[in-house]
Amino acid sequence: MKTTDTPPTGDAQIPAPRAGQGPEVRKVAAPAGEKREGAVLNVFSHGVLIIWAIMVVLPLLWAVMTSFKADRAIFTSPWSLPDTLHFENWSRAWTQAHMSDYFLNTILVVGGSLAGTLLFGSMAAYVLARFEFPGNRFLYFLFIGGMSFPIILALVPLFYVMQNMALLNTVHGLILVYIAYSLPFTVFFLTAFFRTLPTSVAEAAFIDGASHTRTFFQVMLPMAKPGLISVGIFNFLGQWNQYLLPTVLNTDPENKVLSQGLVQLAVSQGYKGDWSGLFAGLVMAMLPVLAAYIVFQRQVVAGLTAGAVK
Amino acid sequence: MQHGKYRFIVGFLAVPLALYALFVIWPFIQSIYYSLTDWTGLSPEFGFVGLDNYTRLFQDEIFWKSLQHSLTFAVVLPLVTVGFALFLAFMLNVGGRRRKGAAVTGVRGSSFYKIVYFFPQVLSIVIVALLFQFAYNPNSGAINSFLKAVGLGAIQPDWLGDPDLALICVMVVLVWSTVGFFVVLFSAGMASIPRDFYEAALLDGASRFTTFFRITLPLLWDTVQSGWIYMGILALGAESFAVVQIMTVGPNGGGPDYSTIVMPLYVYQKAFRDGQAAYATTIGVALLLVTLAFAAVVMKLGRRERLEF
Repeated sequence: MKTTDTPPTGDAQIPAPRAGQGPEVRKVAAPAGEKREGAVLNVFSHGVLIIWAIMVVLPLLWAVMTSFKADRAIFTSPWSLPDTLHFENWSRAWTQAHMSDYFLNTILVVGGSLAGTLLFGSMAAYVLARFEFPGNRFLYFLFIGGMSFPIILALVPLFYVMQNMALLNTVHGLILVYIAYSLPFTVFFLTAFFRTLPTSVAEAAFIDGASHTRTFFQVMLPMAKPGLISVGIFNFLGQWNQYLLPTVLNTDPENKVLSQGLVQLAVSQGYKGDWSGLFAGLVMAMLPVLAAYIVFQRQVVAGLTAGAVK
Repeated sequence: MQHGKYRFIVGFLAVPLALYALFVIWPFIQSIYYSLTDWTGLSPEFGFVGLDNYTRLFQDEIFWKSLQHSLTFAVVLPLVTVGFALFLAFMLNVGGRRRKGAAVTGVRGSSFYKIVYFFPQVLSIVIVALLFQFAYNPNSGAINSFLKAVGLGAIQPDWLGDPDLALICVMVVLVWSTVGFFVVLFSAGMASIPRDFYEAALLDGASRFTTFFRITLPLLWDTVQSGWIYMGILALGAESFAVVQIMTVGPNGGGPDYSTIVMPLYVYQKAFRDGQAAYATTIGVALLLVTLAFAAVVMKLGRRERLEF
């Protein structure tokens, strides 16, 4: 039986509970006298918690259920279970509605930008955290300043920058933009992280004759792995779910990513009346991230909540 | 550590800085300049018009609507989301039945609740918006069908089509998708509050209500404040754009009679639908000012002495 109930760990921003205070000890049987105490409040608090849990899960379950229904049943009885499981909705969405292409494009774009974000972000953060040079502070604030600006303001000129460089509607163009817009938070987070790492190891490596570059790649990066994972998860979800940037910068139907594809699907299936296909597409896009979240729950929570405390 | 230091620094900073300058900084600087021109975005020619766009902004009724809606978002959404999340987090972490050996405990199954509440956070805002757009459908959507099923068939609102309801419907979706994140964030913060504080308060006979306002909230204040700013920026920026653009299509986009238009959506429409790039950047500058003002106000109001523990 699980007896502890610790909060997600690995969050660098929040001090860990002192020993003996964090884990809550669950006693199986409570004395009868204490049971009555605050019982009304407990019923109330449990009620609210359960209701909210239902309100979160219900729309998702409803979508899964609907994706297996025939079109007519969706409209006539939205809350009833499907008569038979219409798997053909899924295959229709996967092939005819191009969900497979959208998935592939998203994996390409996110794969490329995630690798680039982590590489360039950690390079910049390492230099800013570990080396004294004129303009260090200025560059640091220049990078992190990008966190508070609304992207939409830069989007109009960015569109024409991309157009002039022939990067509009290309996968590599989108990758570069994703990297650029992920840098502020990544640099901010990793700079703080590199500062916490001990300097002695890097100095030892350097004295042993390793170059700065080699020290970084072979000593510092492996040591920074927990930080890279946190910021990597944060960026992965952000880039996977990105909607604004591709909507403006990537209008070629060939290159559409998942979020655009779903909107496209909603519009076109609306005309065709293929609602079950749309729901199959939605659930298809929903399941991989939900499954990944359930498996890597602790890391995801640590990565994302570390991201909020700017 | 001096050997080859500057060559290394330049080498490591060159690519990230170049990308950042080209795709982020440069467009931001340009946008402020473009807001002083009459650029359409369709042709490369444009003239300098000074503050004309800004005077036009003051007379633009739709701009005022979008500003009003964005401000509503920035005030109401953090209030509701952060407030409700604090409530849930307190229930989860401190609201449990008092048991011997522990002054405060979470409710049974609190880690399960935290996992479930976080679901919407990992989903794309697009998926969330499409799902709820369908649920809000007045004729066959899940919500109205549910009302019919429980005997409230007389109440069949045209949720997103009703100018009075549409904005609220959109806000509900944003609350739904973000509350879980703050529950988890605040839970992590609450777990780091020393248990003896609670024990002392309980010995003094403090109720849970007092405990929350006298102990939990003050010690959590930093996290609450950054959560507040985070939610506000989200409500002013990309998330609100996606939700409004997808959910309230309407004839003009932005709901019936622009009843749900928000500033980022208006920027998008002016730039990429109406071919008024310069005017769009002017609205964008206004949005930047609103965002900065929001952050400044929250920081100012939220300033308290930092509590150490």
